[in-house]
Amino acid sequence: MTTPAVELQALAHAYADGTPALRGIDLCIAAGEAVALVGANGAGKSTLLMHLNGLLLPGGGSVHIEGVAVTRATLAAVRRRVGYVFQDADDQLFMPTVQDDVAFGPLNLGLPAAQVQARVRAALAAVGAAHLAARAPYRLSGGEKRAVAIAGVLAMDPAILVLDEPTSGLDPAGRRRLIDLLRSLTPTRVVATHDLDLVLELCPRVVVLHEGRVQADGSPQALFADHELLRRCHLEPPLGGS
Amino acid sequence: MSRLEAALQDLRTLDTLATRDNALTRRDARAQLLVTLGFLVTVVSFDRYRVAALLPLVLFPAVLAAWGEVPGRTLWRALALAAPLALMVGLFNPLLDRTPMLGLGALQISGGWVSFSSIVLRVALTVSAAVILVAGCGMPGLCAAMVRLGVPSVFTVQLLFLHRYLFVLSGEALRLGSAYRLRAGARRLDLALYASLTGQLLLRALARAQRVHQAMLARGFDGELRTLDGLRWQPADTLFVTGWLAFFVLVRSVDLPLALGRLVTGVLVGLLAGLGT
Repeated sequence: MTTPAVELQALAHAYADGTPALRGIDLCIAAGEAVALVGANGAGKSTLLMHLNGLLLPGGGSVHIEGVAVTRATLAAVRRRVGYVFQDADDQLFMPTVQDDVAFGPLNLGLPAAQVQARVRAALAAVGAAHLAARAPYRLSGGEKRAVAIAGVLAMDPAILVLDEPTSGLDPAGRRRLIDLLRSLTPTRVVATHDLDLVLELCPRVVVLHEGRVQADGSPQALFADHELLRRCHLEPPLGGS
Repeated sequence: MSRLEAALQDLRTLDTLATRDNALTRRDARAQLLVTLGFLVTVVSFDRYRVAALLPLVLFPAVLAAWGEVPGRTLWRALALAAPLALMVGLFNPLLDRTPMLGLGALQISGGWVSFSSIVLRVALTVSAAVILVAGCGMPGLCAAMVRLGVPSVFTVQLLFLHRYLFVLSGEALRLGSAYRLRAGARRLDLALYASLTGQLLLRALARAQRVHQAMLARGFDGELRTLDGLRWQPADTLFVTGWLAFFVLVRSVDLPLALGRLVTGVLVGLLAGLGT
């Protein structure tokens, strides 16, 4: 049996004020899968994602990435495997130029400068942003920022790509380019989103979260046809679905 | 356009200038930083009553602005921003120091006015040089040069982040201000409201800082900021640095306007003497 890319066992987490965010999540994601996490605001999607590369450590239960338990001792190894694209690209693009920002991760991996530059070129080319290399991030459009943020993660060559609300704030053209890009990528993808039309195009598997628990796990076609489930979890069927 | 937006636009202009290809931007950022430091030291080393001796130093910002295609308007706006500071620092000199120093016919000019002029000229020179430095190598280049010249990275990292997030936070400040104005009606921005808006901005800045730190951790940040600085020192940079430093030494050791005046006077006297015989 092959090791799953992501394995959560009874994962629990509570905020600092004691409010429970995750209440015993069990989830297994195979290598190469594209999985969507959907749910209303406060369902626990972002909190779950933050456990996948150790930005949050489990309050209970466990998280394993390619068989490695996520603990303080394994953070560096886990972060090499899991690339995290933040919801607000301005949080992620902190370096003064696009090129510097995309190089940030590979440099932290200890790669030599020539290899870093090759990775930067390849990652920017992959997201169609090679022409932006010398630009300052604050001068980019929302779609360009998102593409560069993804390039910054791809340059680290992660086995698992985690994206938090990747289409938020994008115009239709930017959203279309992003979906096409995400479909072209090969790593395991875990996407937290409210954009159920994106899910239909990108993810053969959907996990519905509600109040910190997994409510359903299956194909988007089956889950989005279950109007009672969607109503209970404060969701609506996608326009392109049923 | 508000004053904040205008200031941000000026910063963007400087960033854009640094991406152009011209005689100034082709120089290594370290070379630009070194000559600017040399210039600043030279300017501040003059006695406060010396104004004419400073005048040759105008050549440095003038030449570099021309090489770097820095628009006069950009320089003027920066000088206008610094002018109140210069005026504040020098304003009391004419009142406190009334010793006659120069006489132009019946007009007596006091030491206070001379030192005031000196302060204004020095501020103009140093501000121009700083603006041209940023326009020549950009903030990233400047910080990379500082690191390579031994400035602690904790300082340059702060500077880089300040520059990067100035635009994000000022955008939030502008949105807060707009939201206030849309619902304020005739109410003026009093101290309580101002404190509330500032507090909101501070909280947003803290939240942003936390998310940025998480984003850095997610890509393997371990406390050391590693960058591809791309700095390459060329023979022309050596020439650039030695040429300008030699000029500064010359200006500092020889009073060029006085020497020029003596030369012209000598020539004129000689000519007049020749005509007389």
